Amino acid sequence: MLDLSQYQSVGEALREALDRFSDEVCLIEADREREKERLTYNEFKKRGLPLAKALQEAGFSTGDRASIIMTNQSKWLISAYAIFFCGGVLVPLDYKLTPDEQWQLLKHSGAGVLITEYPIWRQLSASAGRAATPNVKTVLVTEAPANADLAGAQRWEESRGEGEPTFMTRKRSDTASIVYSSGTGGRPKGCMMTHENYLEQCVALTSIYPFWPGVRYLSILPTNHAIDFMVGFFGPFTCGAAVVHLRTLRPEYVREAFPKYKITYVSLVPLVLKNLQKGLQARFDALPPGKRKIFNVLVAVNKALTKSRPRLGLSRLLLKQVHEAFGGELLAIIVGGAFTEPQTLQFFYDLGIPVANGYGLTEAGTAITVNDLKPFRADTVGKPLPGMEVRILNPAPDGVGEVAVRSKTVMSGYLNSPELTAETIIDGWLMTGDLGKIDETGHLQLSGRKKNMIVTEEGKNIYPEDIEKVFESLPVKEFCIFAANYIWPKRSLTGEQLVLVLHMDQGQKYDEVLQRDVNARNQRLLNYKRVHGVVLLDEDFPRTASLKIKRNELAARLAKLDSAAAIRPL
Amino acid sequence: MRTLEQTTQEVLDLAAKHFQLPVGSLAPEDDFFKKLGIDSLQTLELLSRLENHFAIELPDYEVQGVSDFKTLAQRIQSRL
Repeated sequence: MLDLSQYQSVGEALREALDRFSDEVCLIEADREREKERLTYNEFKKRGLPLAKALQEAGFSTGDRASIIMTNQSKWLISAYAIFFCGGVLVPLDYKLTPDEQWQLLKHSGAGVLITEYPIWRQLSASAGRAATPNVKTVLVTEAPANADLAGAQRWEESRGEGEPTFMTRKRSDTASIVYSSGTGGRPKGCMMTHENYLEQCVALTSIYPFWPGVRYLSILPTNHAIDFMVGFFGPFTCGAAVVHLRTLRPEYVREAFPKYKITYVSLVPLVLKNLQKGLQARFDALPPGKRKIFNVLVAVNKALTKSRPRLGLSRLLLKQVHEAFGGELLAIIVGGAFTEPQTLQFFYDLGIPVANGYGLTEAGTAITVNDLKPFRADTVGKPLPGMEVRILNPAPDGVGEVAVRSKTVMSGYLNSPELTAETIIDGWLMTGDLGKIDETGHLQLSGRKKNMIVTEEGKNIYPEDIEKVFESLPVKEFCIFAANYIWPKRSLTGEQLVLVLHMDQGQKYDEVLQRDVNARNQRLLNYKRVHGVVLLDEDFPRTASLKIKRNELAARLAKLDSAAAIRPL
Repeated sequence: MRTLEQTTQEVLDLAAKHFQLPVGSLAPEDDFFKKLGIDSLQTLELLSRLENHFAIELPDYEVQGVSDFKTLAQRIQSRL
C-alpha cells in the first residue's frame, strides 16, 4: 500500500499508484457472462491521461467541478481520475435519481462538466431541467450509438487530447468532491469532502480490512455512494488491488461473479444481504434430512471454533460447498448504507463468512465504526475506526444519547449552506442525529434516530421534506410528512416508514376520491421514497410567524395518538 | 411479430405466474412494486424471466424508474 501520509491529494495518490502497480490488473468489467474489459494500472493511465488533456483543452482547471452520472463501470473510475488529475472537484450523482432531480443537483453543485452514459443522457437531455442549468457547458457521453442524436454532447470515447496533460496540485484541505447525502427536494445537502477526508479514511479502513495486489473487490453498490467510492476505487487503487464491475446486477450474474473472479471483498446493502440469506436458507432447507443433520453439525462446530475470532481456513474446510459458492477466497462481506438486523449478520458469521458491518455517514467520510471481528458481535455496529472520536451526548440513564463524531474524515461543510453546516458541525463535532450508546467493550450500539428521516434497507436516506412537493395542491387544508419513528420513537432501526399527516377542510371526508389522489401522487415517487400510511389530524398545524410548519411541535401532538390505530396503510 | 397488447398480456401473465397470483389479477397500469409487494431485487429476478421468455436482453438502465407493467411492456416491445 502507498504511504498516504506522503500525499496531498486524491489525484496525487492515484497518480503514484498507477505507476507503482503498473502491471497489476486494476479493473475487470463484465456484462452478463461476457468479460468486456480487463485493464492494468498502466492501461488505466493510458485511458485517463488523454481524457484529462481533453478536459484541460476545454478549459477545465483547478477547483472546477465535474459531475459523473453513470452506472458502475471502468469509465466511471477513469473519468474520476481525469477530473482529479486536472485538480477538479468531483460531483458524483446517483444515476437512479429522476432527470429533474439530477438537473437540480447539477445546478446546485455548479458543475461545468457532466460525464454520463448515453441512456441516461437521452433522458436528461429531454428533461425540462436542462434549460434551467446553464452552468453545465460540456457534456461527455459514453457508448452512444453511431447515429445517435447527442443533443449537444460530445462522445467520451473521442475526448482524447494530444500530448501530456498538466498535473494540477491540490492541498489536503481543498475540496475533492461534493457528495449529496440527500436533499433533492428542499435543502440539497452537498457534503464538501476534502482530500484529507479521503486520505485519512483510507488509512483507517485499510488498517482493519487491507487490500493488496491480487485482491479482487466486487463493486455492486453505486460508485457515487461514499462506501463504494472508498472501498471500490480509492482504497483498492492505493493498494494495487483490482475492482470488478458488473454491467447488470441480476442476482444470477452477481452469484456467478464470485467463483468466476475469485472475489475477495464485496460491499452490500442490507436488502441484498438478506436476499442472499433467503436464497441460502432455501437451499439448506431443501437438503435431504440426513445431509441437513450433518450440515447443522458442521455449522455448530464452525460456530464454536470461530467464537473468539474468524478462522477462514478452517471454515472453508468445514463448509466447503458454501464457501465455494462464494468463490472460495472471500475474506469478508462489507455491509453498510443502512442498519442490518443482527440475525442476518449472525447467519453469515455462523457459516464462517465474516460480515464487516459498520456505521457511517457521508458527512463523516464514510465509516465511523466497523466490526473488527475480535470477537464478532452481531448486536453492535462495531468500534470507532482509528482516528475517530465518538461521544454520546446527553445520555439517558440507560446510556443512550445522540452520537457525535470528531475526526479528520469529517466533511468541511455543506455546499452553499452555512446555516445547515453550523447546525450539523458544532465545535468540530459532527452531530449525527442518530441515537446510541457505547457499551463496556467500546462497541457502539445504535437504537434509533433523533432526526426526522428514514434510511431504507437499500441504503437510501429519505427526508420527508424532499418528497412533500409531490403532495402539493392536494385538496386538503394542510399536510405534512414524517418518519413514523420520529413521532413514535421505537428502539429499532429496521422497517422505518414515512407517514402523510392530513388535516382536512371542515366537513371534508377522507373519501375514495381523495385516497385515489393520494395513491396516484405516491406512485409518482420512486418506490423506495413512498409514504406507507396516512394519519388524520383534526386540528390546525402549529406554524411559525412565516407560516412554516413547526414540525417538532406537530410531532409532539401526533405522539399522543396510538400509532397502530392512527396509521391507515396506503 | 407481437403487438404491444400481446406483449403486455404476456408480461402480466408471466408476472402473475412468477409471483403465484391468479392469472388476470394484474392490469397494465398496476404499479408492480405495490401490487406484487416486491423490492428492487425481486424486480430484477422478474426481468430475467421476461428476458428468457421474449429471448431479448434488457439492460438494467432500460427499466430504471419503471414501475408499471405498461411501460415495462413498451420497453420490451422496442427490443423485439
